[in-house]
Amino acid sequence: MVEVESRTPVTDESGRCVDELLINVGPSHPSTHGVCRLIARLDGEVVTEVEPVIGYLHRGLEKIAENRTYLQIVPLTDRLDYVGSMYANWAYCRAVERLAGIRVPEHAEYLRVITCELQRIASHMMSLGSTGADTGAGTVFIYAFDVRDRIVDLFEDLCGARLTYSYVRPGGVSRDLPEGWADKCREALAYTRTYVDKMDKLFFGNSIARGRLKGIGVLDPELAVAWGATGPTARASGVDWDLRRDDPYSVYPRFDFDIPLGSNGDIYDRGRVRIFECYESCRIVEQALEQLEPGPIRAEGLPRLLRPRPGDAYDHIESARGSLGVYLVSDGSPKPWRFKVRSPTFSNLSLVRVLGVGHTIADLPLILGSLDPVFGEVDR
Amino acid sequence: MNVTELREHICETYPDLCPLFSLEFGDGVLTVDPERLRQAAVDLHNFGFDLLGMVTAVDRGDAFELVYRLRSRVLSVGMFLKCRIPRDEPKAPSMVDLWPAADWHEREVYDLFGVVFEGHPNLRRMFLPEDWKGHPLRKDYVDDNIIRRPDYF
Repeated sequence: MVEVESRTPVTDESGRCVDELLINVGPSHPSTHGVCRLIARLDGEVVTEVEPVIGYLHRGLEKIAENRTYLQIVPLTDRLDYVGSMYANWAYCRAVERLAGIRVPEHAEYLRVITCELQRIASHMMSLGSTGADTGAGTVFIYAFDVRDRIVDLFEDLCGARLTYSYVRPGGVSRDLPEGWADKCREALAYTRTYVDKMDKLFFGNSIARGRLKGIGVLDPELAVAWGATGPTARASGVDWDLRRDDPYSVYPRFDFDIPLGSNGDIYDRGRVRIFECYESCRIVEQALEQLEPGPIRAEGLPRLLRPRPGDAYDHIESARGSLGVYLVSDGSPKPWRFKVRSPTFSNLSLVRVLGVGHTIADLPLILGSLDPVFGEVDR
Repeated sequence: MNVTELREHICETYPDLCPLFSLEFGDGVLTVDPERLRQAAVDLHNFGFDLLGMVTAVDRGDAFELVYRLRSRVLSVGMFLKCRIPRDEPKAPSMVDLWPAADWHEREVYDLFGVVFEGHPNLRRMFLPEDWKGHPLRKDYVDDNIIRRPDYF
């Protein structure tokens, strides 16, 4: 922990101050990707110690949820990871379904996979765009948000919302695909492929960007596992771990896809892994649209008010940031006794303390951004 | 590996943990006493559970139940480690030396439940300000700002 103490500054023979510097970044600062405060101890320009301080977006969602019925919690889960609301919806619904023993129809499972893989692309675009903006590559930012906008348009057609979808509900999804949506989706995927490819060549193929990103914030695979890192952050270090393949859920075993891995674990690899994951998500959505058959979108015989039997259930999915889990404790009443979210970025963010040390202060926002934190999910 | 195989595997390696192993909603759960919590965690860590997913607590009225979610990449299986600790003196050993990931998760449980983790290097509040009174996720927590929503069902 960084302690602030008052003492006389250290000077060299000529009286020049050579003392270390303690600076405070945030909580409201454009380079912190949200409301995070970093206390950094500097030796010249090099960071010797860094401590993130979080909690500025703590809304007590877990406490609020104890006073809501199971269906009323779905909109709360939208506000967890507000860049990828579908994931929190889905993870929560899976936990409720496990608790209440609900079987989800196949058609609904396909819709969930399609929307969540599109969400993965949209979420990675946000991350890649902000990495571009951090390094001064404004074009990448514009490309990324253009692609993201097309996907968000698809979601708007589907459920009426652009950010907080509440699309996945316990027992199924809220709406079926509208007429002509699948064709629009295929168009958007083709567009995504073209522009992700352009971004890859323009940014990650650029020698200035390579020089800026390579070898910065290197994460050792052993360290990644020990600190509980998951998702692209861990996979960029070579940790071969993806819940979609290693703990298959929903209809994922029916699709053919690869898990992109990095080798060096630096910022460059983390960005590259996200680029390749976008291609894999495109592949999954195309296969899902191909296999999609009409059917019910909601389980039959769902009660108006869920009263699951007492017990606790945990379920997790692979979100754009890592394994996102929801732990629910039921006491048999219509409201959960305890609702807990295992958010991937909470664990990933704690790595800033390790990764930031030894790099210059100018690299700190890049390192933070490469972990792709969303503070709605970190602070809950 | 599925949960049944995991149970057999654990029973072979650690016969004393075998009767404490149960199944709940398809997940393996190991429920231990506070005295055995640390040893059980060390055993499971050696057994191959290298990922600590989360640490949390549940207010069970008469006691706090600590919940550790563990996952093994080698065995490809997840499980729970649970332990009930007395409410009037909520103390538990810290797991930071086994899984560094426990650092922030234990701070979160300390912040929201008031459970003291002995041996934790930096046990401070995680989300709430340092001068906050009480631990909000306890069921007996009172705050003037909490408005109870009327039941419409």
